[in-house]
Amino acid sequence: MRFAFTDDQKMLRDTVREVLQRECPPEVVRAAWEGRPDGARAVWDTLAETGVIGMTASEEAGGMGMSELDLVLPLEESGYAALPGPIVDTVAVGIPLLEAAGTSVQKERWLGPATVGEARIVVSFEDQAIVPHAASADVLIAERGGAVYCVPIADVSVSPERSVDRARELGRVSFERNAQFRMREDVNTAALLALGRERAALGTAAQLVGLSRRMLDMAVQYAKDREQFGKPIGAQQAIKHRLANALIEQEFARPMVCRAGWSMATSARDIEIDVSLAKIYAGQAARFVAKAALQVHGAIGYTIECDLHMWMKRAWALAAAHGDAAHHRERIGRHIL
Amino acid sequence: MDLDFTESENAFRDESRSWLEANVPRESLPSGDTKEGFALHLEWEHKLFDAGWAAVSWPKQYGGREATLVEWLIFEEEYYRVGAPSRVTQNGIFLLAPTLFEFGTDEQKDRILRPMARGDVTWGQAWSEPNAGSDLASLKSTARRVDGGWHLSGQKTWSTRAAFCDMAYGLFRTDPEQARHRGLTYFMFPLHAEGITVRGVDRLDGDEGFAEIFLEDVFVPDSDVIGGVNQGWKVTMATTSSERGLSLRSPGRFMATASRLIDLYHRYRDRSDPVLRDQVVQAWMDAQVYRWFTFQTVSRMMQGESIGPDSSMNKVFWSEMDVRTHETALAIIGDALELDEGSESAVDAGHWMKGFQFALAGPIYAGTNEIQRNIIAERVLGLPRK
Repeated sequence: MRFAFTDDQKMLRDTVREVLQRECPPEVVRAAWEGRPDGARAVWDTLAETGVIGMTASEEAGGMGMSELDLVLPLEESGYAALPGPIVDTVAVGIPLLEAAGTSVQKERWLGPATVGEARIVVSFEDQAIVPHAASADVLIAERGGAVYCVPIADVSVSPERSVDRARELGRVSFERNAQFRMREDVNTAALLALGRERAALGTAAQLVGLSRRMLDMAVQYAKDREQFGKPIGAQQAIKHRLANALIEQEFARPMVCRAGWSMATSARDIEIDVSLAKIYAGQAARFVAKAALQVHGAIGYTIECDLHMWMKRAWALAAAHGDAAHHRERIGRHIL
Repeated sequence: MDLDFTESENAFRDESRSWLEANVPRESLPSGDTKEGFALHLEWEHKLFDAGWAAVSWPKQYGGREATLVEWLIFEEEYYRVGAPSRVTQNGIFLLAPTLFEFGTDEQKDRILRPMARGDVTWGQAWSEPNAGSDLASLKSTARRVDGGWHLSGQKTWSTRAAFCDMAYGLFRTDPEQARHRGLTYFMFPLHAEGITVRGVDRLDGDEGFAEIFLEDVFVPDSDVIGGVNQGWKVTMATTSSERGLSLRSPGRFMATASRLIDLYHRYRDRSDPVLRDQVVQAWMDAQVYRWFTFQTVSRMMQGESIGPDSSMNKVFWSEMDVRTHETALAIIGDALELDEGSESAVDAGHWMKGFQFALAGPIYAGTNEIQRNIIAERVLGLPRK
């Protein structure tokens, strides 16, 4: 039993953290909100140069052959920065799915470009017609009627939907289920899709932890700076206790995300339970921290001018995405009761 | 990251399990927080010690088996899983002993540790005073220099099991001139000596688990000072941090409670609703989360990190989880919840109501959760003190 990340994993996290600190400040998120995603797109390119975008592809496909556990810290950082873009879809779900189930033509066309950051993959599971970042992606991998399709975005009809988090640029996707888009049928599609769902939930949970950390950082900083009654509001016990509670929520969610990453990476017995625990606690923490951070900010937090809202809205969206708490609690209940 | 247990950790689990299964008393003992129950629990403690299980992580010379922290957590899981008796030696083994290991002299360790772990000498803590609870540093009990040692005077209260124990430890003011945190010294003192009066106090749950201690010129030799004169605050903080954190309440206890809750739910499910089902699942999940959080903490400690104020998060989490879990159990039991211990028709012999009342103490003892939240805010988040 050794519950700690390796130096390599921490180094990768630091690399991602530096890139995002430098290239993905809140202005970039705000620009994506206002329909100017160029900055976020440039961050994607830099991340690709560091190898992070292609990290889950095998070495022969030009990637690093990294596991779900390796994904946890980089994705947490992407949440911390509220990076706009389909990083979970592409890196955690799309690339492994493409490599395992893509035809040679599909892999030829998309795997290399996805690995180097030139093609972005979005994923649509059976029950999920509305997909974030579909319009600006290059290829859609979609589960329909138990089969999987790999469809160039040019062949997908994307009708815009509006997310409370404008940086998620949602679109309702539909396409002709042509044979040419079908992915391989000689693989265990159901198992690969199931794995993809777990990866999506895990990746989202990791991002939620990052979102929590950032919102808590903002709130703590604000509580130190903002003065009322002649002293920082953070000196008041009511504020202290609220933020202490937020930290507890966040810190108890974190090991569950690591645990889920480890379970997936080692194909442990309890993948479903562990991923569900991660998703529930990370989602619950992010929503809790969001509320605490808003309250600590007071009226300024209740404006579009204050950056907090972009993190908060992402947290709401992601806490419900890829299975909300009720869904995952139900799943755990089936295992233990 | 390797979240599998190693071969030797698994072997340790197997060995713990077989010994416990063969030796744990079949009938559950009366509460260790009563006079009769205390004596019966001590017999169990002797047996544990003689087989080398009383303090598994201690050095062999003091009766331990030099288990790692992970192995200790494994032992605790097995201990609570089989429903072994609660540990009446706890205040010694898990609170005083860590302080002795850090600040005690060799003479003190040789003299105190083995009898403590075997339950031959039992220990109560004597921190709080009638006017010094959360504000512990305002305490007024004094220690006055006399030939060869000290005279302790004053009043201590809420001393767990002190009505049945042989010895106690706590803080006394040795230098009233110094600032309040400074002039304090950590003493060990006898509970059956001239000048001592101990009066049991019935707790909320009816057990005489508390006591008040009145001291009037009680002699204590210099050899019973831990960590130096006027160093008591620093020494105490080291102890309280282990009390709040894992040594007091390891995950095994809560995992066992969650399993019993699921069992209760299955037996009474006909009167259950979906909300209750969610709460049962929540209780199980919380215990799991506490388990993995603790393995993470212990891994950090095994790599040489000190935990410090982080242990306050631990304390808030387990204490509030324990209350919720018992509330869920009572909700399952319904109107029969009022049937107390000793009532013929009580569900599970009234165990859940008793446990609920005990759980309610969790957010109060070992530093109230309000104090813990202050510590988290000031020392982990860095918010201003005032």
